[in-house]
Amino acid sequence: MTEALILSLLTGIFVGFSAGYLGSLMVLEKMSLVGDALSHVALPGLALGFLFNFPPFLGAFAFLFASAVIIWHLGRVTKLSFETIVGAMFTLSLAIGIIIIPELDLLEALFGDITTVTILDTAIAVIVSAIAVFLTKIIYKKLVLSMISEELAISKGIDVGRINLLYLVLVSLVVAVGIKIVGTLLVGFLVIVPAAAAKNVSADLFKYAVVSASFGIVSSCSGILFSSYLNLPTGPLVVFSGFIVFLVTVLAKWKTK
Amino acid sequence: MEDNDDYLLKVSNLSVKLQNQTILDNVSFKLKRGTALAILGPNGAGKTMLFKALLNLVPYTGKIEWAEKARIGYVPQNIAVDDIPISVKEFLSFKNHADVESSLSHVRLSNKNVANKTLGVLSGGELRRVLIAWALADNPNVLLFDEPTTGVDVGSEEPIFVMLNELKKKKGITVLLITHDVHIVREYSDYLLALNRCLTFFGDSKEIMNPSIQKIIYGETVCVGTPSEQK
Repeated sequence: MTEALILSLLTGIFVGFSAGYLGSLMVLEKMSLVGDALSHVALPGLALGFLFNFPPFLGAFAFLFASAVIIWHLGRVTKLSFETIVGAMFTLSLAIGIIIIPELDLLEALFGDITTVTILDTAIAVIVSAIAVFLTKIIYKKLVLSMISEELAISKGIDVGRINLLYLVLVSLVVAVGIKIVGTLLVGFLVIVPAAAAKNVSADLFKYAVVSASFGIVSSCSGILFSSYLNLPTGPLVVFSGFIVFLVTVLAKWKTK
Repeated sequence: MEDNDDYLLKVSNLSVKLQNQTILDNVSFKLKRGTALAILGPNGAGKTMLFKALLNLVPYTGKIEWAEKARIGYVPQNIAVDDIPISVKEFLSFKNHADVESSLSHVRLSNKNVANKTLGVLSGGELRRVLIAWALADNPNVLLFDEPTTGVDVGSEEPIFVMLNELKKKKGITVLLITHDVHIVREYSDYLLALNRCLTFFGDSKEIMNPSIQKIIYGETVCVGTPSEQK
């Protein structure tokens, strides 16, 4: 096993776990498309990173963070759903990104390239994922309660607006590091499909969150391994692996009915 | 002579306006400890908004004075549980230090049968009881109950009110409940508060049988016969 593959797998484990864990909330809140569309907002930030030679992760996160705050604020002011606002913003970001990104780097930005991962990339992915999971664990129950009943949550003293904002920012962080593995076009997959698969086979919240995070690891690591042995792009293979997991859970659910 | 300490709640000139629309206009009433108040009124009359104001969930003008030692438990009308894989045990454990087994026994549910079930698969009656157990977990002395029979089949309605009545008597809990059911008002409440954006009636709940009061509340006389009376 090469050093590059070890780094890729380590990155895949942490990003897969955090994307699956945070994604479990996104699927419950019926915000799956927010996770998907939000990832495209990173493209102009990545482009600036490539153009001005600073880590593209930082550019991606800066754009994602700003978008998360704008989406959250517009949601409160206009009462439009997050999905509507993200839908309006992501196409614009995609258009800007594609115009300013150097052609050579476009494919990597859109589909990721885990083979070029460095120790620094892995360290960033590990630290960012660990922080995102740690903070999400603190607000997990509060977010779920606000989904069950916002009034119950507020009457229990929970600041629903503030925890929603924190959650969006944490999703932005995970999406920013996930881009390295699967790219901006496919990173939405990592926050949606493992959680959707876990929901098919979970009867309680703890199992759901753990299974979703585990499916995230299985999807990203098996995709990286297949990519390494078959010499094919990682992003699409991560998607294929995850989709097989999803299909298996659909069959399992169908069988138990 | 009336002692001020007898009152758990005093509401004076309460008004709620949202997006330039008056939802509640100048509502005033007082409620004694250990009593049950039924809140009645047509759809859009401001019943749920009254609860939200009492819970400080919406901005309002006027005065809401809870007694110093009031501990409020709230059971909302609607909760979204169908799509969330959460067990009864997990839901109740959201309340800090909640003893799940004892919380369920208070509402006559068996820990063994219900604790590990997903909220979404409970019957309407079971879900209502779990919500009451949730509200009781903090040991409240006042319970706000929005439409207790939403989603509950006919046979399961009465036992819920019998249970609420027992809680009121045994634990001295003050109950405020929103309902459309005249039978419930008459049998399980002490006072009636009728709303139609403004207060249209406040008094003894037995007055619900008075045709002139019904005319005030509904704008026309209603039939109050219930299946249990027709036996």
